[in-house]
Amino acid sequence: MRGAGLAVVLLVALVGIFLTWKAVPSLLHNKAPFLTSRVWSPDTNPPRFGIAALLWTTVISSIVAMLLAVPVAVGVALFITQYAPKRLATPVAYVVDLLAAVPSIIFGLWGIAVLGPVLAAPNSGLRQGIENSLGWIPLFSSTGVSAGNVFLASIVLAIMILPIVTALSREVFLQVPRANIEAAQALGATKWETIRMAVLPFGRPGVISASMLGLGRALGETIAVTIILSTPNIGAPFDPSLWAGGETFASKIANAAGEFDTPQKTGAYISAGLVLFVVTFAVNAVARVVISRRKEV
Amino acid sequence: MATATSTTLAPISDSRKLRNHVATFAMYACFVIAMIPLVWIIWTLVAKGAGLLGDPHWWTNSQRGITSRIQGGGAYHAIIGTLLMALVTALIAVPLGVGTAIYLVEYGRGRIARAVSFMVDVLTGVPSIVAALFIYALWIGTFGLHRVGFAVSLALVLLMIPVIVRSTEEMLRLVPRDLREAAFALGVPRWKTIMSIVLPTAFSGIVTGIMLGLARVMGETAPLLILGPYAKAINTNLFSGNMAALPTMINQDRVEALKPAVDRVWSAALTLILLVMVLSLLGRLVSRLGSVKTSR
Repeated sequence: MRGAGLAVVLLVALVGIFLTWKAVPSLLHNKAPFLTSRVWSPDTNPPRFGIAALLWTTVISSIVAMLLAVPVAVGVALFITQYAPKRLATPVAYVVDLLAAVPSIIFGLWGIAVLGPVLAAPNSGLRQGIENSLGWIPLFSSTGVSAGNVFLASIVLAIMILPIVTALSREVFLQVPRANIEAAQALGATKWETIRMAVLPFGRPGVISASMLGLGRALGETIAVTIILSTPNIGAPFDPSLWAGGETFASKIANAAGEFDTPQKTGAYISAGLVLFVVTFAVNAVARVVISRRKEV
Repeated sequence: MATATSTTLAPISDSRKLRNHVATFAMYACFVIAMIPLVWIIWTLVAKGAGLLGDPHWWTNSQRGITSRIQGGGAYHAIIGTLLMALVTALIAVPLGVGTAIYLVEYGRGRIARAVSFMVDVLTGVPSIVAALFIYALWIGTFGLHRVGFAVSLALVLLMIPVIVRSTEEMLRLVPRDLREAAFALGVPRWKTIMSIVLPTAFSGIVTGIMLGLARVMGETAPLLILGPYAKAINTNLFSGNMAALPTMINQDRVEALKPAVDRVWSAALTLILLVMVLSLLGRLVSRLGSVKTSR
């Protein structure tokens, strides 16, 4: 039994070791600054590749997804734990969990074929408004709207992480001590005031770590993002806007999956994967620390 | 608490009432918003994909010799591929996952147990594409082997283990202490107690975890892209040749514009979601029917 436990530890260590091992030769040959360059031509001699553009698209799409998902998820969790009648709470929680069972390729397919066209029309007015007032920020300016834009990917990612954030928030809201809630009620607080005074402060660390875990999921999501984001043309200038296409770590790797032919080229993609591993590891670790600190109190 | 100053039973002011109503409305609205995508997705899949599923050929034939212009054809090759890879994944992941959970609950104390538990958390967060790259670096980059179904299964093992560990752990913790202590009092050794008392009591919960884990890995696409190229014909050999799976069947034709191919994409998507939903529904059912009885 201990062997099985240690095997798991070994497995995670091996993931880090193997990715590093296969990435290092390519990184040593790389003639571009890996962290700050936006070029990606791993098959030239010498290779030149950097992750700046990938990191930007990955992080911005995931953060927007988190900002969209967390308020709704907290609302749903409060609905299930505080508002819904007991008989309704279990089925509702179950249906939200079902959303988590939908495979990500189906989210991607639906996002680009159904949701994208539907959102395009009302979105364009909203987008125009944002662009007119905030267009001086590169994030909101546009040089031409792409059908598979980062914002659409963020909406789909938000839907995908909603069940995770909801489930974890629900769990902490259920743990709020009865005494805290009754104390608030005894002071004559309305239901909303009870939630603000007793439930939310108690649940805050849990909600924060739930959001971080959702963020981690969004950062590493592959196929849905690959399907939705339109890949910029080779040599096109980098566009940081939400309305442009782009590539994330995962989609870059997935798009190249069939053409790993030389160790040098493969190493470049593996080094991108290694960065993704490190980033998600860090985000998840922070989430766990926040949760476990609360347990000790 | 900042607002805990008023202790008299003054009538609730209109603004507070209004705020309360707005909040209640917002919670119901959040719930409705969360329901929209699920209903919308299922409706889309049924509307666009149900057509082919009624044809028995869909369940018995492959796509061999069928081009984008030809109607119909089957998904049998992809269904069998998905099931085979998932089965092999489970064969490796279940013993490891259940063993780890038993270690954490029954034996684990101190620093090693904490490290194992932490690593399971890390594994939960590893993106599927990273797991796939790892197996690529190992299987192809180091051993020089080919892209085959078994390599996909190995990558899926990494994704399935944490699901099984966490659900098994939860179930084992629900097994009452009394049961274990009764066995110990009778002089039953620890391993025998686990084998004949703890595991049978938690059995249905473990089965649920396995089913949910299977549902998760069947829908994964990234490992298939990197390690398991698509094939239009039936292949049941996990160690040689390209092997189809439902996600790669969808991925293969998703950029097609011709209607017969587009129809197949949606039908394959519907088939995949049916498979996954049936598994997770069954999992919940098993856990409801045979959950650990904690109250007496």
